[in-house]
Amino acid sequence: MKVSVIRNVLEANDRLANELKEHLTRRGILSLNLMSSPGAGKTSLLERTLTDLKGEFKMAVIEGDLQTDNDARRVAATGAQAVQINTEGGCHLNSSMVMEALKQLDLDGLDILFIENVGNLVCPAEFDVGEDFKITLLSVTEGDDKPEKYPVMFSLSTAMILNKVDLLPYVNFNMERAANFGKALNKDIAVLPVSCQTGEGLDGWYDWLRTARAGKKA
Amino acid sequence: MHEMSIAQSILDIIQQEMDKNNLTKLIQVKVKHGRLTNTVPEALSMAFECLTVQTPMASAIFELEEIPSRYQCTKCQHEFSPEDPARLFVPCPSCGEEFGHTVLAGRELYIEYIEAQ
Repeated sequence: MKVSVIRNVLEANDRLANELKEHLTRRGILSLNLMSSPGAGKTSLLERTLTDLKGEFKMAVIEGDLQTDNDARRVAATGAQAVQINTEGGCHLNSSMVMEALKQLDLDGLDILFIENVGNLVCPAEFDVGEDFKITLLSVTEGDDKPEKYPVMFSLSTAMILNKVDLLPYVNFNMERAANFGKALNKDIAVLPVSCQTGEGLDGWYDWLRTARAGKKA
Repeated sequence: MHEMSIAQSILDIIQQEMDKNNLTKLIQVKVKHGRLTNTVPEALSMAFECLTVQTPMASAIFELEEIPSRYQCTKCQHEFSPEDPARLFVPCPSCGEEFGHTVLAGRELYIEYIEAQ
């Protein structure tokens, strides 16, 4: 017997992601899914952001890694709430992991929830985790053609953060080329060059965050 | 690597559909995947095989069909698919616009049908 199915393979994850998003929206919390390859600087960006905007927003972090709670400890050192998820080999976070982690957070008065995904430029793009926006980080040491080589993640992202711009004099990375690859995939993508080391460009990222946060409140 | 998660989701849906229709032995399943999902057919087939070993789904045919990407140009509204299927994002063949084409097809990932007894 042939049964016509026509069901989205990821429907279970998508359903949970929608529930999560509604749950966070009811509380007026902006939720951001931070993705990049390992070592691009997601945790460093969070450390700076959590420290610099401490007086302005109440923020919390869900950290995803295969092993260790190193990152949760790093961001918790800023005073923010942090929960670590260990995927034990899993290459991405999914909605049920985030839902479980969320139970450990005090959401009262929270303005922004950062979900730092597993370092991986491929798989996390496929799995929504209840975020308002996906943000992809790319560090200049990785090469300016990454958006072209790994298009799916960039095409779904609202912002592309180009990190480690303090190293530009030492690497062969063309900012305009990277930005154009990103814009070809997604013409409205915000391109935000920053250095978490020197602090250069972070104001642009903070302004982006303020606008996103204001949009969520209204 | 995430093909394992996808294969598990496929199995869950197949099981639900079989239960709903009182079927116990899977013969075939057909999955369609868009060009713009990061699905690797070989890896997905392998994952399906691994997860069904020694189950009533073990000998089932796992059929995959790719859905090509299709876009609409934001500037001239022309609809097109890249001539070279290896390239995901290309300028509009009609007006040359490079940026911001709307994705009409290619992001799908769904089970089209199952055949079972």
